[in-house]
Amino acid sequence: MQTWYFSEQSYPDAWDAPETPKITSPSRLVDPKRAHQHLQNFIEECELADQLGLNIMVNEHHAAYTCMSVSCMTTLALLAGRTKNARLLALGIPILNRLDPMRIAEEIAYVDVLSGGRLEVGLVKGSPFEPYVSNTNTARGMERYWEAHDLIVAALTTQDGSFSWEGKYFNYRNVNVIPRCYQEPTPQIWVTTLGSTGTALEAARLDYVLGITANAQGARSAYPKYREEYRRVHKREADLDRFAFLGYCGIARDEATAWDRAERVLKFVEVSERVSPNFLHPPGYFTPVDAGRMLRGGKAGTHRLKVLPDGTPMSPKPVAREYMLNGVMFAGTPDQVYDQLETIFHSVGGFGHFLFQPAGTLTTDEVRDSIELFAKEVQPRLDRLTAQHRAKMTEPA
Amino acid sequence: MSKGPQQVTIAGVELEFWDSGTGTPILFLHGGDGIEGVEEFVDHLGGQYRVITPSHPGFGGSSLPDHYSDVSDLGFFYLDLIDHLKLRDIIVVGASFGAWIAADMATKNTSRIKGLVLAGAVGAKFSDRRTREIRDLFSMPRQDVDQWLVSTPERQQIDRTEWAEETLVRAARNHESFALFAWSPTLYDPKLKHRLHRIDVPTQVIWGEQDRVVPVEYGRRIAEGIAQAQFEVTPGAGHYVHRDDPKRFAASIDAFAARLKPTE
Repeated sequence: MQTWYFSEQSYPDAWDAPETPKITSPSRLVDPKRAHQHLQNFIEECELADQLGLNIMVNEHHAAYTCMSVSCMTTLALLAGRTKNARLLALGIPILNRLDPMRIAEEIAYVDVLSGGRLEVGLVKGSPFEPYVSNTNTARGMERYWEAHDLIVAALTTQDGSFSWEGKYFNYRNVNVIPRCYQEPTPQIWVTTLGSTGTALEAARLDYVLGITANAQGARSAYPKYREEYRRVHKREADLDRFAFLGYCGIARDEATAWDRAERVLKFVEVSERVSPNFLHPPGYFTPVDAGRMLRGGKAGTHRLKVLPDGTPMSPKPVAREYMLNGVMFAGTPDQVYDQLETIFHSVGGFGHFLFQPAGTLTTDEVRDSIELFAKEVQPRLDRLTAQHRAKMTEPA
Repeated sequence: MSKGPQQVTIAGVELEFWDSGTGTPILFLHGGDGIEGVEEFVDHLGGQYRVITPSHPGFGGSSLPDHYSDVSDLGFFYLDLIDHLKLRDIIVVGASFGAWIAADMATKNTSRIKGLVLAGAVGAKFSDRRTREIRDLFSMPRQDVDQWLVSTPERQQIDRTEWAEETLVRAARNHESFALFAWSPTLYDPKLKHRLHRIDVPTQVIWGEQDRVVPVEYGRRIAEGIAQAQFEVTPGAGHYVHRDDPKRFAASIDAFAARLKPTE
């Protein structure tokens, strides 16, 4: 199992402000000195994760107190120099929103070279509120997404000089990326889904890693479709390393501390979901069928399941234990965290990447303690779990 | 509007449209939410006109060609439609987004158009770059849009809880197509202001006094850009004059048509 330390590089000091935490939030609530300290802490947490054998994942959002990272590649360029062994994952670059795919390809190749081939890149759709900042049109958004994807891959894999691109959404006289990627033909590409069949099937065909973020139900629906399509197209079983699962984590040596941490990690979820409903339904982001259902309900929703496995609705302000039951939160002592992960692992048919998010309002000391506990006490058991699973996969039927 | 819609394929679009009454032809171009809600004003016209009310490409039961992406595509399409239907001396009436399409058509070619009615038009940009003069109808949940379109309180809240899935999907698709054409720049074409002078037919610019999407002053600027335009404010009405005051809207069209008669 590859575990990836992940933090959204938040600015939690502004989370209690009455303003919406995203899109229209005033930047005057961010003290640049505090922000500087948070970002420095984050870089040092990444160094620790690297020393302890974990990998590192970063993301990006825009105009948000919940995520100060505005470019995956900026952070990863820095981490390429501050880490030695960790693989570095951008999950992801929201290519539905970004305006210049050629520039994205250039940055991918640059960081891949800078890191000596440690880069992996998610080419993702991005959150529904992002187009309200980037201004990209989400009507026909997926068509634009796939053109950007095709252009980035072509730019990264073409080594014999420039080519022209005269597409429906993008036009370039000369696409040419120098330096070219360190890894051949490209760094491993990832995509994410909330459980959509279309994305799972496309990811399987392209041999991409399929990431599911904090959504066990999504994994249970998307992974089997991926596995079936992978078998059909590639004539072999998809390895565990094709599947990634993101979970929030409250871990400590004793249960009480762990659950306290879990609640504070979830503060991130609570604040994230406070985004104004004005920015949750860009037209065309959801299919007309899904958008129609939302129109009937009259309310903007969240992708996180709000019903417990036994069918009862979660409380209006869900607690960590409820998210734990839904496979979103992993909380407790290292033994308990492992047990919960093992349960989810088996319930979705296994995965080879765990995206480990322990931040929220934890202090950097608490985050560092969480990283250390996970790396030393949970990770070895996860490695055994995946080894056993792989051995079983290769057993003759 | 009592008969079901007709279908015709023109210039690659399978078009859904209603065609009722006899007399001077009127082409009505609907707003960004779709054809729904125009029946009342059409009924008030009392069958004395031939009223053609299409669902725009991408809206209602009309198909959307892959290459369509801006209002100019719709302007050309409706010129093709009136050619195809061999309509002459028509009055093109547009509301909101539909008025933008109507204005776009008329900047291109008015050979078959006798008069133009632009009601609560969007589509032009007069203000400076830091000032948005058209309300952004996309930075809100779709169900909140209704309250901005009309001033009549009972028309502002639409209960969709009992709607059939097919009707909901139709409404959601309308909103998506509206965004395809108007997401950015938000509800305008920077070129339209500079092309309004090409509209060389009598034009009635009708504005709701209570319009909260585009203010009355904006309507006045549109009218000032068109040589043969008259400006008319409907007291009490909001952005969709045809929905807030269908009777008066029909009467305005009637009066405008009467004014055009001597030129026939």
